[in-house]
Amino acid sequence: MSNYLKYGYLEVKDVVSFPSLKMITKHPVVVSECTQEIPCNPCVTSCQFQAISMEGINGIPVINFEKCSGCGKCVSICPGLALFLIGIKGKKGLVTLPFEMLPVPLKGEKVYLLDRKGKEIGQGDVLRVIFPDKSTKSAVITVSFDNIELIKSVRNIRSLK
Amino acid sequence: MREINIHPILQFSHGKELKFTFDGKTMKAYEGETVAMALYRSGIDIFSESPKLHRPRGMFCAIGKCSSCMMRVNGIPNVRTCILPVREEMVVEKHEGFGKLPDYIEKFAEPFEINKEVAIIGSGPAGLSAAITFKEFGIKALIIEENPQLGGQLIKQTHKFFGSEKEKAGTRGFEIARDLIKNIENSSIDYITNSTAFAIDENKIGVFRNNQYMKIYTKYLLIATGAAEKMIPFPGNDIPGVFGAGAAQTLMNVFGIKPGRSVLMIGAGNVGLIVSYQLLQAGIEVKAVVEAMPTIGGYFVHAAKLRRFGVPILTSTTIKEVRGNLRVEKAITISIDKKFKEIPGTEIEWNVDTVCLSTGLIPSVNLLAQAGCKLKYVTSLGGFVPVRNKDFQTTNKNIFVAGDVTGIEEASTAILEGHIAALAILEKMGLKTKKLKIESIKNLNNLRGSPFSKKIIEGLKEVECE
Repeated sequence: MSNYLKYGYLEVKDVVSFPSLKMITKHPVVVSECTQEIPCNPCVTSCQFQAISMEGINGIPVINFEKCSGCGKCVSICPGLALFLIGIKGKKGLVTLPFEMLPVPLKGEKVYLLDRKGKEIGQGDVLRVIFPDKSTKSAVITVSFDNIELIKSVRNIRSLK
Repeated sequence: MREINIHPILQFSHGKELKFTFDGKTMKAYEGETVAMALYRSGIDIFSESPKLHRPRGMFCAIGKCSSCMMRVNGIPNVRTCILPVREEMVVEKHEGFGKLPDYIEKFAEPFEINKEVAIIGSGPAGLSAAITFKEFGIKALIIEENPQLGGQLIKQTHKFFGSEKEKAGTRGFEIARDLIKNIENSSIDYITNSTAFAIDENKIGVFRNNQYMKIYTKYLLIATGAAEKMIPFPGNDIPGVFGAGAAQTLMNVFGIKPGRSVLMIGAGNVGLIVSYQLLQAGIEVKAVVEAMPTIGGYFVHAAKLRRFGVPILTSTTIKEVRGNLRVEKAITISIDKKFKEIPGTEIEWNVDTVCLSTGLIPSVNLLAQAGCKLKYVTSLGGFVPVRNKDFQTTNKNIFVAGDVTGIEEASTAILEGHIAALAILEKMGLKTKKLKIESIKNLNNLRGSPFSKKIIEGLKEVECE
């Protein structure tokens, strides 16, 4: 693995595995950027499709892409904000990410797409906003964009305003 | 002027307005707020001065552990204003040097005595968890807390906790605290806040509360006094605007006050990473996080959350100097080599008004030392910690310990430790708790199964006795 503990971010090649393009054309599928053995497993227990498994509580989450329904429940519960959904709809790329800042963008709003270093890599449209529920308080936001390649890099957004 | 108006996670509500005076000027406070918080909210940076060189000092720890915010209140010098709630008409003044007692002190209230089977000092996750365990077995413990509210440092943790469902993983720390506190308040558990335990003499605890001395006689004592933030040496480390990272958290997450406009964070352990992210949530700029080690010490996922917002994390970098007249104006960092030697020419100047230190915590063992419990210095546990057995019983047979005072770890381990220590005391009282205790010790060991806990486990071997 690259120098992710020196700089604090993963390179695309560091992400253990991505689902196939064919898979994510049907519906979005979760990818994990949780790389360390830490005592944490709510992603496993929150998934009703048993799509995420882990060896003991300190294991690294392993995703069975076939079983994932793309519901995004794990994205909103993950304490490390380390799970994302990626998908392709028509000719557009989709990324669903957890968001805990203000302002929460609204559906239809145009936003900057940011990579893992917070660098702007394009613009996209907010397709869906699940406002924070009482227990998790993380909003879950889906953005869509033209460059499908970016599904592997978009991990944050910023309002154009 | 330093108000946080909107926040993605928290909602702040203020109590009714009170008036007090500070160095002769009338100041505003909200009911329930402490003196130091009210002053900081109103733009006051300087709380005291160094006794000999008269250098201005700001607030540092904000939880009653250091001496930076000591002032004269209603004539009494050396009062820790960060944990003293404002009262209407209070007279607050900065004082020079070590402070002088007035010639005449209004008579202190008559001391009084309380008898209790069990007392708990400290109401953080360990203390609260212990009190609830006692309650479940029909024993009413007395909680002694020096802050105005119960909950210790758990009340200011706005991030979602790790762990399993059993440890409420995915729930935010302050919500876990709220549930624990509700449990205490809804039951008949006794607690006293604003009460400082300052001495232990065999079965007697000396407590000072609202100008009154209390003697608390108790058969068993659980000490869960937590930890304090470490100060590190560098020029300008006492300039107002240099805070412990936890103080920044108290200001913004408990009282809704911005600690500054622009922050440099020192230390990329979990505290540094989490507090930096929380600063962003409060609408404050974080210029960078610097870390002396060659890699990030905290969980990677916390670092990734920050990086996504463009905050750089500079490893192999240390703080060289902080400059400023009456408040931080600049911070200078420098790269260091593998031997931690500064590399000339690599200085970076940061225009910040706030520097937060998250360079580790020290267990608050003062009371244990005074009570004569055997202590041992263990680097991986944070400093001097009490020698104890698996039941968390110290070398003083009636004194038990739990939480960060036993070694710096997590809130989740503190909750379990408080539970185990309470079960051990209950066992001594003749109740059947052994099976539950052994099961809980097993759970605690499971929580320590990650590579991050390796050093802790090594450290524990040095202080655990039979």
